[in-house]
Amino acid sequence: MNTIQVAEFGLLLPEIFVLVMTCVVLVVDLYLTERNRDVTYVLSLLTLAGAALLTLGNYPSGTTVAMYGTFVHDPMGGLLKLFIYVVTAGVFIYSRSYLRDRGLYKGEYYVLGLFAMLGMMVLVSAHSFLTIYLGLELLSLSLYAMVAFDRDSPTASEAAMKYFVLGALASGMLLYGISMLYGATGSLDIGEVGAAVAGSEDRSIILIFALCFVVAGLAFKLGAVPFHMWIPDVYHGAPTSVTLFIGSAPKIAAFAMLMRLLAESMGGLQPDWQGMLAILAVLSLAVGNIIAIAQTNLKRMLAYSTISHMGFLLLGVLAGTPEGYSAAMFYAVTYALMAIGAFGMIILLSRSGFEAERLDDFRGLNNRSPWFAFIMLILMFSMAGVPPTVGFYAKLSVLEAVVAIDMVWIALVAVFFSIIGAFYYIRVVKLMYFDESESDEPINVGMDMRLAISANGVVVLALGLFPGALLSLCAAAFP
Amino acid sequence: MMWAELWDLIETPVWITAKIIAIIVPLMLAVAYLTFAERKIIGYMQVRIGPNRVGPRGWLQPIADTVKLLMKEVIVPTNANTFLFVIAPMLAIAPALAAWAVIPFTDKLVLADINAGLLYVLAVTSLGVYGVIIAGWATNSKYAMLGALRSAAQIVAYEIAMGFALVGVLMAGGSLNLREIVLAQQGSILHWFWLPLLPLFLVYFISGVAETNRAPFDVAEGESEIVAGFHVEYSGMAFAIFFLAEYANMILIATLTALMFAGGWLSPLEGIPVLGAIPVLGSPGIFWLLAKISFFLFFFLWFRATFPRYRYDQIMRLGWKVFIPITIVWLVVEGLAIMAGIGPWFD
Amino acid sequence: MDFERFVFYVFAIILIYAAGRVITVRNPVHAALHLVLAFFTCAGLWLLLEAEFLAITLVLVYVGAVMVLFLFVVMMLDINTSPLREGFIRYLPVGLVVASLMLLEMFLVVGARNFGAQSVAIPERHGADYSNTRELGNVLYTDYVYPFEIAAVILLVAIVAAIALTMRKRPETRYQDPSRQVSVQPEDRIRIVKMPAEREQS
Repeated sequence: MNTIQVAEFGLLLPEIFVLVMTCVVLVVDLYLTERNRDVTYVLSLLTLAGAALLTLGNYPSGTTVAMYGTFVHDPMGGLLKLFIYVVTAGVFIYSRSYLRDRGLYKGEYYVLGLFAMLGMMVLVSAHSFLTIYLGLELLSLSLYAMVAFDRDSPTASEAAMKYFVLGALASGMLLYGISMLYGATGSLDIGEVGAAVAGSEDRSIILIFALCFVVAGLAFKLGAVPFHMWIPDVYHGAPTSVTLFIGSAPKIAAFAMLMRLLAESMGGLQPDWQGMLAILAVLSLAVGNIIAIAQTNLKRMLAYSTISHMGFLLLGVLAGTPEGYSAAMFYAVTYALMAIGAFGMIILLSRSGFEAERLDDFRGLNNRSPWFAFIMLILMFSMAGVPPTVGFYAKLSVLEAVVAIDMVWIALVAVFFSIIGAFYYIRVVKLMYFDESESDEPINVGMDMRLAISANGVVVLALGLFPGALLSLCAAAFP
Repeated sequence: MMWAELWDLIETPVWITAKIIAIIVPLMLAVAYLTFAERKIIGYMQVRIGPNRVGPRGWLQPIADTVKLLMKEVIVPTNANTFLFVIAPMLAIAPALAAWAVIPFTDKLVLADINAGLLYVLAVTSLGVYGVIIAGWATNSKYAMLGALRSAAQIVAYEIAMGFALVGVLMAGGSLNLREIVLAQQGSILHWFWLPLLPLFLVYFISGVAETNRAPFDVAEGESEIVAGFHVEYSGMAFAIFFLAEYANMILIATLTALMFAGGWLSPLEGIPVLGAIPVLGSPGIFWLLAKISFFLFFFLWFRATFPRYRYDQIMRLGWKVFIPITIVWLVVEGLAIMAGIGPWFD
Repeated sequence: MDFERFVFYVFAIILIYAAGRVITVRNPVHAALHLVLAFFTCAGLWLLLEAEFLAITLVLVYVGAVMVLFLFVVMMLDINTSPLREGFIRYLPVGLVVASLMLLEMFLVVGARNFGAQSVAIPERHGADYSNTRELGNVLYTDYVYPFEIAAVILLVAIVAAIALTMRKRPETRYQDPSRQVSVQPEDRIRIVKMPAEREQS
């Protein structure tokens, strides 16, 4: 009988640490009263910090497969995990005051958030279909519960129900595709499946069939058109603190899932999925950008903008080259940073009993707080892809990758729709700077939130000014 | 020639049937006299005499009861679901008897020496609840329905604790085979699993009392509040079968406790310098098992005479909030003890 | 026909019958009971496949616990299923056409070419000392230890989520504290008053 080497557990140390700490938080929280809830908050942030230290301490330089081929320790996983920690920490910091104002400041929010993050970590470094599926379920299950977290809100319950039903459907499709792949290749191991798929001379119809289901399942999870129906309703219905989470970190994990499933295990079918992704990408860009114009609710607008951003992400992946993958990775990571910033601004302006989610609530923000208006300006410019923000480089590198494989038409389509999209981002800026404010209530939030959101805006700008380091890190993940 | 062929064909089934009868008949007799013992013992505990009219000192009382029940009419209520109403007692008794297939009486004496014996017992005993639920529903009466619902919730709660306790036994015994579990307890009374698994032993036995719906966990019958619970409308032989099932289950739980925690047919004196050399008592034998079964059965009766009935929420609390955590904690303790090789059980 | 095959067909027929009844029977309690029967016969079939651990676990978990709770709920709810099946006959032809089309398509794509009996070797038979439980345990704690642990975490999340979403603390509800009840002393409840005997009133 073969046994696991202790060293292999060393590779899993961040996951083990997060799991243990989450259980600690779960138990400690039981003994806390409402007033001492900050202990849970601090413990959760410490968990993230500890996990980041552990990941950094054993930062992968090459690819190591462990745990009987179910876990992989590689640079892509390491980098994505680090960003997941950062984004989750941002989510926790931003949502604290929001939760407290609405009587939702409970330990379960943090516990479920940490479990969801554990699911993302599992997903990011999965090396077997089984781990991918389980990581995905761990992530989704926690998110379903978080959406329904505000139990007395009918819209949140409705959103949770929609999310749950469609999410389960998507999982089913993915699982169906995976089972078919298993039948065709006889393995669940991504490396083995990749070799088997690449080795099969004629791309058999069964593999294509499996691919269809896998791509449909992935598109559901990413929210790419035509599998996007859940995104606006869920983003809108969920408490903003949860929308913040759903809209950011899971996108990084979804990118990893895309890479593991398509690029690594079905790289041999690249010509086939390239076409599928191209259709998804173009539709997402078109529908996302055009419908977003008509939205008056900022949460819904950002939901449609997510759809269009996922279109861009798919562009990078469909290129099928290392440059494309690293561009898509850069896009996923920076998008997550922009998304928490934008949703964080909604939380910043909200207060007890009032949700600043209408576009009108941003009127004249410049008069109330020039600094936060400036940060929102950076975030919106970055989402629109205006230089020198990071969003510009993200879009640029994706487009370069697509042009490099001679798909100039799709790059032109993308540019066309992002120009359309720029309209509604700029509209927010216009409202903030050139319109009269409806209220002149001062912005009243904690220092941790002020610092975090300022840092968030500055990072988006700084990465735009100096994108080289992150770009080379992303490029290093795909040698 | 033809007869010989025919015999070859049916030899195995005939033998198995004979063995089954050899188990069932003594079991039924034991059930009959367990009811007698119950009435006598509880009688003495309550400073009464108990049945003493039929036969010498009342010894024929169970026979008389059986005859009486056999002669009575089985009444099916008007709006009852006849099929389910009739089948429910059978569903109650069948698992109670089927579980005996894997019970080893001595090292050699066992009907089916299967690998997953422990799991089989757990699975089969968990089926007994269907008799109660179906009876309660098919009767179409509020009392019966309440009894069935109580029983369902109770059995699910206690089955988990019971299952966890059995996990402890299987960790200690290193096998799911009941015979091997007994053999793993070789040695004196101190080598038996009741000592290292003391919390699991208590949890298992109490859960067993709850699973059989016996006092103080008999809310499913609760004669003072819901008349007789699930079997309120049963009469004659149908009622008798429920009765048989309950007592057969009691004996089964006592037997399993004896096998898993009290060394089965092994002698408590084994391995002790002087006492272990006593001719009959020092060596293993079926009489040791029977003695242990009787010992545990006595507790069933004693509980009934002593404890007032638990209230429903108290039962749930005990099952979910006390027993399950205890078993989980003790499994960890036991795991550590096994890793450390603490003797004389885990070395 | 050897005995094993005979047993297989008996179980298979009961299984198909029970599964069919689950969806055709009118009374939800009967449907649940048929589902129990289906699980039970399914466990029998698994036993024939030498998967005794799975078979017994199916009985233990699904029949012994899950279906009991299911029946519990169904009995309490008293569902009337007749409105649910009103359109059944009307939509039946369309449904059948769609279903058979899908079946045909699936067969053409997936077909016997890929998953037929020929493409998979017949598994070898094991002796009487083969323990399915042991084999499963070995695989579960070596090859699949990582997925297995994640599955455990998922179940934990399910518990946490279910409790977080449904448990409400009602301030007006009074709870018992058994430890306080047990530690009650006679002095806490009864005050014994010493007083001189009173003269009988005349």
